[in-house]
Amino acid sequence: MSAVLESRAAGPTLRQKLAARGIDGATLLVLPCVALILGLFIYPFLYGLMLSFEPKDGSLFGNYARFFSDPFLYGTIFKTLRLAFPVTLLNLLIAIPIAFRVRLMRRQRLLTTLLVLPITLGTVLVAEGMLFYFGPQGWFNRAMMAVGLLSTPISVLNGYWGVFISLVLTGFPFTFLLTLSYVTGIDPSLENAAATLGAGPAARFREVFLPLLVPGLAITFCLSFVQAYSVLPSAVLVGDPANATRVISIAAYQAAFEEYDYSMASAIAMIMGAVQLLVVVAVLGCRSLFYRGPAAGAKG
Amino acid sequence: MTVGPATFKQLHLQGVRREFDAFTALKGLDLTIERGEFIALLGPSGCGKTTALNCIAGLLPVSAGRIMLDDRRVDVLRPEERGFGMVFQNYALFPHMTVRKNIGFGLRMRGVPKPELEKRVDAALAAVRLESQAEKLPGQLSGGQQQRVAIARAIVVEPPLVLMDEPLSNLDAKLRLEMRQEIRRIHQSLGSTTIYVTHDQEEALSLADRIVVLRDGAIRQVGTPAELYALPAHLDVADFMGFRNRVNGELVGMEGEDALLNIEGTVIRGRMRAASASKAAVAAIRPDDLEPTGTDSGIPVRVEAVEYRGRGFHGVGVTASGTELHFASPHPLQRGAAVRLGADAGRVLVFGDAR
Repeated sequence: MSAVLESRAAGPTLRQKLAARGIDGATLLVLPCVALILGLFIYPFLYGLMLSFEPKDGSLFGNYARFFSDPFLYGTIFKTLRLAFPVTLLNLLIAIPIAFRVRLMRRQRLLTTLLVLPITLGTVLVAEGMLFYFGPQGWFNRAMMAVGLLSTPISVLNGYWGVFISLVLTGFPFTFLLTLSYVTGIDPSLENAAATLGAGPAARFREVFLPLLVPGLAITFCLSFVQAYSVLPSAVLVGDPANATRVISIAAYQAAFEEYDYSMASAIAMIMGAVQLLVVVAVLGCRSLFYRGPAAGAKG
Repeated sequence: MTVGPATFKQLHLQGVRREFDAFTALKGLDLTIERGEFIALLGPSGCGKTTALNCIAGLLPVSAGRIMLDDRRVDVLRPEERGFGMVFQNYALFPHMTVRKNIGFGLRMRGVPKPELEKRVDAALAAVRLESQAEKLPGQLSGGQQQRVAIARAIVVEPPLVLMDEPLSNLDAKLRLEMRQEIRRIHQSLGSTTIYVTHDQEEALSLADRIVVLRDGAIRQVGTPAELYALPAHLDVADFMGFRNRVNGELVGMEGEDALLNIEGTVIRGRMRAASASKAAVAAIRPDDLEPTGTDSGIPVRVEAVEYRGRGFHGVGVTASGTELHFASPHPLQRGAAVRLGADAGRVLVFGDAR
């Protein structure tokens, strides 16, 4: 105790110094979270990383060398990008105008509830539904033939577009809800101010909304992209998993559960993570070129 | 060098109504504003003054009626086509633009060439004394500085009409006084027409050429600050102009212009301001005008409380029937003392019950 008394005479105690930096008893409440992240994320990640450097052939980089020398494997990177990029971009482009309309509506809750449903249903159920809806005897083809737009059923499924549609369906609500929260976060008086200063609707969007939205849209893009990039069920169920929609997660799945090569599967998972990280870092890097502060009016 | 619509001689509001679902915020406003005037829309919150301003700016469509600039109809135009300048209560500065960009925004939207734009922005920055803050973002400025940016942004386009929505309500008392002078100075140096919304009668009295008092979506009285201060036409207006004492009485007769009002047995004289269908009437008196008479005339009260106010004393008395009266006294009074209160006939306003 004498040490405490001494330091009290000399100046602030250790406890006061820590409190000044925002560390106090309540900081301990963060520990369960840290434990959870360490146990469920950091440890498995490091374990997988180590595992990926222990291939069957015994060399350190054997898995990675094999992946990048086999077009059947490294091609999956681009096949997945070819799906995830346009899907994410399309979702974002549809979400923005709808969010701008919805922000003016009074009963937003009903709409948001309806939109949350597909998220809770999951990709498998949506893919199942598509199998019936777009199937040869499904509503889509029968309706098209009844109207006379089609003479024979077309097959949307079992290919690139099947997976594309399923990803749009399952990804849109998420993208939209995020976008909506960013759009409604902008103080409406900013738009009014721009209007009284002579800015038409297009100029208001370009000069006021877009610059304030870009940071939020970048985050939305990243989160939606990561979701789309890790597609697996719909690529198998409504896609062409042997060829056009052989996405990277299928390659990882096959390595793990068909070849029983966990080391190779870990390596593929690491490559997948690295690609996602690259895209996210690139997008967030561009974000820093824009204003990133409160999108409400300045303080009163 | 004027960009946007040409100047005007008169702005007319003709039966301007605004309804929100079942609620009528404006019940048919009729008002003519001369070019160069400083008009204050004064009223308590919820009286429709901000609604009126938003209708003029075009941010709210009118439900009925017309807004005319001379013989040009403007209520059908979108806000960006009207070319009015507006200063918002929360300033509504674009947070991602520097002060200079904020002020130049309106000129850029009007396609003013860059050299002229820079010159006019510099002039506007000088007018609000913010030259040194030009490259900062709004978030880095104090409230008063943001306010001045908002004013500069609205006036730099030299709008024929400047609309201000309680622009000083977010500032502290000292800054409010300074900005009040600033706003008046800018208005005079530009010769623009200004409509200024406020709930603060002191602000309205000190700034405006004419004051429009609104209540429940309707105009109660229009007049110069002096007219409104001395002779409010309506009890609500009197209330707003500092007539804190309101005493019920009975009309017992007229003597020329003066009404004789019997208040709890004492007859006092006052100016008749609104006719009465029955004998019931209300006298409105400012605390500063009500003083102990020192004689046996006047309304008898028992002193409840006395406060020292620097130049004199402020007393609260209670009449026999329990009505509270606020009055001024040049000398201290004992609590519980019995005094009689009176005021000059010209300082007592009598309002009948006819509304």
